Amino acid sequence: MNDPKTRLRRTMMFVPGNSPKMINSADIYGADSLMFDVEDAIAITEKDTARHLVANALKTLKFHSETVVRINHPTQTPFGMDDLKVILPSKPDMIRLPKVEDVSEVQLITDEIEKVEKENGWPEGTINIIGAIESVKGLYNVREICQQPRLIAIALGAEDFIANLKTQRTKTGIELYYARSQILMAARDAEIQCMDTVFSDVKDMEGFEREVTNSRDMGFDGKSVIHPKQITAVHRIYTPNDKQLTHALKVLAAFEDSLKNHKGVLAVDGKMIDGPIVVRAQRIVDQAKAAGIDVEKKREEI
Amino acid sequence: MTKILAKSAKAGFEEKNDLVVEVSPLQNGSGVVIDLQSPVKNQYGRHIEALIKDTVTAEGFFDVQVNVLDKGAWDYTIKARTIAALERGMKQ
Amino acid sequence: MKNAIGRDIPAHISGINNIRLYEGAGVYKPEKSGAGKKLRVGKPHTNKILQSIDEAIEKTGLKDGQTISFHHHLRNGDYVMKMVVERIAAKGIKNITIAASSLSPCHDFLIDYIKDGTVTALESSGLRGQLGKYLTRHPEALQKPTIIRSHGGRARAIEAGELHIDVAFMAAPTCDRQGNATGRIGKSAFGSMGYAMIDAAYADNVVLITDNLVDEPVHPYSIPQTQVDYIVPVEEIGDPAGIASGAIRITKSPTQLLIAKYAAEVMEKTGILKEGFSMQLGSGGASLAAAKFIREKMEAQNITGSFGIGGVTGIFSEMLKDGLFKACYDAQTFDTTAVQSLAENPNHIEISASFYANPWNAGPIVNDLDVVILSATEVDLDFNVNVITDSNGVCMGASGGHSDTAAGAALTIIVMPLIRGRLPMIRDHVQNVVTPGNDVDVIITERGIAINPKRTDLIEKLSNSGLPIMKIEKLQQMAYDFVGKPDEVQLSDADKDIVAVVEYRDGSILDVIRKPLV
Repeated sequence: MNDPKTRLRRTMMFVPGNSPKMINSADIYGADSLMFDVEDAIAITEKDTARHLVANALKTLKFHSETVVRINHPTQTPFGMDDLKVILPSKPDMIRLPKVEDVSEVQLITDEIEKVEKENGWPEGTINIIGAIESVKGLYNVREICQQPRLIAIALGAEDFIANLKTQRTKTGIELYYARSQILMAARDAEIQCMDTVFSDVKDMEGFEREVTNSRDMGFDGKSVIHPKQITAVHRIYTPNDKQLTHALKVLAAFEDSLKNHKGVLAVDGKMIDGPIVVRAQRIVDQAKAAGIDVEKKREEI
Repeated sequence: MTKILAKSAKAGFEEKNDLVVEVSPLQNGSGVVIDLQSPVKNQYGRHIEALIKDTVTAEGFFDVQVNVLDKGAWDYTIKARTIAALERGMKQ
Repeated sequence: MKNAIGRDIPAHISGINNIRLYEGAGVYKPEKSGAGKKLRVGKPHTNKILQSIDEAIEKTGLKDGQTISFHHHLRNGDYVMKMVVERIAAKGIKNITIAASSLSPCHDFLIDYIKDGTVTALESSGLRGQLGKYLTRHPEALQKPTIIRSHGGRARAIEAGELHIDVAFMAAPTCDRQGNATGRIGKSAFGSMGYAMIDAAYADNVVLITDNLVDEPVHPYSIPQTQVDYIVPVEEIGDPAGIASGAIRITKSPTQLLIAKYAAEVMEKTGILKEGFSMQLGSGGASLAAAKFIREKMEAQNITGSFGIGGVTGIFSEMLKDGLFKACYDAQTFDTTAVQSLAENPNHIEISASFYANPWNAGPIVNDLDVVILSATEVDLDFNVNVITDSNGVCMGASGGHSDTAAGAALTIIVMPLIRGRLPMIRDHVQNVVTPGNDVDVIITERGIAINPKRTDLIEKLSNSGLPIMKIEKLQQMAYDFVGKPDEVQLSDADKDIVAVVEYRDGSILDVIRKPLV
């Protein structure tokens, strides 16, 4: 089993929660996570049918990818609590809480999850939470929100956030620079993952790749995507190069050696290494494996 | 506990891989009566009717007319639309 | 009687003479000479131009019980078959066999003439539309089952004398007053006349029907004046909208694109995608879309192919133009971009159906194919392919060059969705076989790729490729896990309910299509 706290989430693909056709084929494009949306993709008059559809899909279909359900907001809308009632028993890997602004909202959902976990005899932590910061108020509370134990990832939801700022998306991304940085810091401080927002012009692949490269370089763990064709590009950008992989493998080998031989201080290529560097090395190896690189062969070569 | 529909109700869409389920209350003792239109009736007709009947009964209903316009839906969709239609039919 | 792929073929089929069972590709060796063309004496200064179809019917002496032929280059825009059959019926001629290179929904009108006894037999690449439905439900409407032949098989049957054509009515987009004809220009231009060439060469009487009769000599010509007896000018031979679509574009369907991407990766990782390779892409979303990914790989690795064969689309003719291939052999031209390419690009070469795929000549071009990518309506655990009937057993497709290219190509790839709507497309046994599994190497779906177990070389090359390779049984089970196993559509086993006989390209009987009992 993948540890939910550390598993790869290079891509999280939105799947409209009331489209059987899209749900049926959601799994074939290789996204690391699938996010079934019963929130913004669904008209107010169809919230009920969408939540039943997603719940039954999760109960019946075997998905390779991680499954996430974006519910309606539990206090700001009349739908969120009903969503949880129908969806939690279908055991998604995560609930995505949209427009999170306060820790109490995370606590409310955590309580619901715990109740369902107990009722079904599932281990604690079967279902986790990813929050989405979509407002200035949420951004101001992001550090506290990220410290909530069930919350294992945080995302930026730019569309609402931009409206809140009274501006619009630009090619440089300057309008989101502060929010991205702030969310990322909060996530790293809490040792949770951090997902970047969607890029909605599916025709502009060049702009998309530029944005993904930037957010990777900032430190984001992955990107939310809205079209299968965006997945390949993200995975390519998140594939480590040969030098990175070689170094990561050396770090891991040195680390294992130190455990075996009870060595204290570690060094690779003359540089000191410590805990966070080992964690990062493991991530690079995971990314390489997911990209189809023959890591074992590489390990032997070194 | 036996549930009784308050009114007729529909759920689902006439789109590929989806279906429209319409449920209506029937008199006590009528049972679950299914009218199925489907492009895969030759291959899955019996299966779909049994699935709908099981779903309706499991939800606690016994006298229901179910009209189904199927567009090649998979089982989970058939079940979800049936449950949603029944739920809607319970709202006054 | 069971043939080499275990299909049960009746010992006698009403109206089908000399039943020879399929024994495997290339097993049967003909020991005879082919048909000769009828000798005629062309008189000096004869005017070949006739006033009407009626006059052509009279001059050719068409009578009850004879066979007439048509090509299908006008596809779903064809007006010619209707204008001819209507006049034949008006003259009270009965019991006609129509041997068309293929039939499209625009030929649904034939139902009326089948009902009134004008047309009593069909030989075609396939059956579609209402006609396909009607004949599936009423096989007794014809005096014998429809004979389904591949494009190469039809050329072979004509050249071998098994299909004798009394009168060929050939639509010609442009011809001169002597009968030199081309499909490259004219308001109804459709490109290559590959399927018409064989009919014109071997029919006892050849009538060209044209909507562009010109005074200047036509050159290059696809049909020479030496084969043409009469010419009938008409207003229109076809509906341009149905003849050639504008430029055929690559599909936007993410599923089709995924399948296409897998196909290109299979080509790359099996080593087929190398300098000087040759290929053919079947029509169908995923097979055409493979061109996009093949092109990317060719450009990235600086590979130039030797030739492509078509069924040519603009997608391929653009690759030819851009120097990615050195030549393109064209038996049938699919869109306006490719029609223009045939007219302008000297490396875009028009070929006959026999040159394309006839198994009984010294070298059809399909024999030189490295790879072909084809669609399927369903396949089975033995890798057999059905392209004729839908899941309810109704005729809706055509054999085309499927079995010809599969037999010729070194690597035959089938691309298809694992599930259509709710129906799983890998069956225990296909309802009928057009291409035997022995000629199929790889089946690619959106959820997995199955390799024919006899291709151990491919299994070895692809096993660590990162591609989702699995046994075909596992792929079938994957579909069943999603949608369940379908009930079989019951087929009639009565001999009177045989809708069609599927000939393999060598003329042996590969399968029969039976009427479904639903």
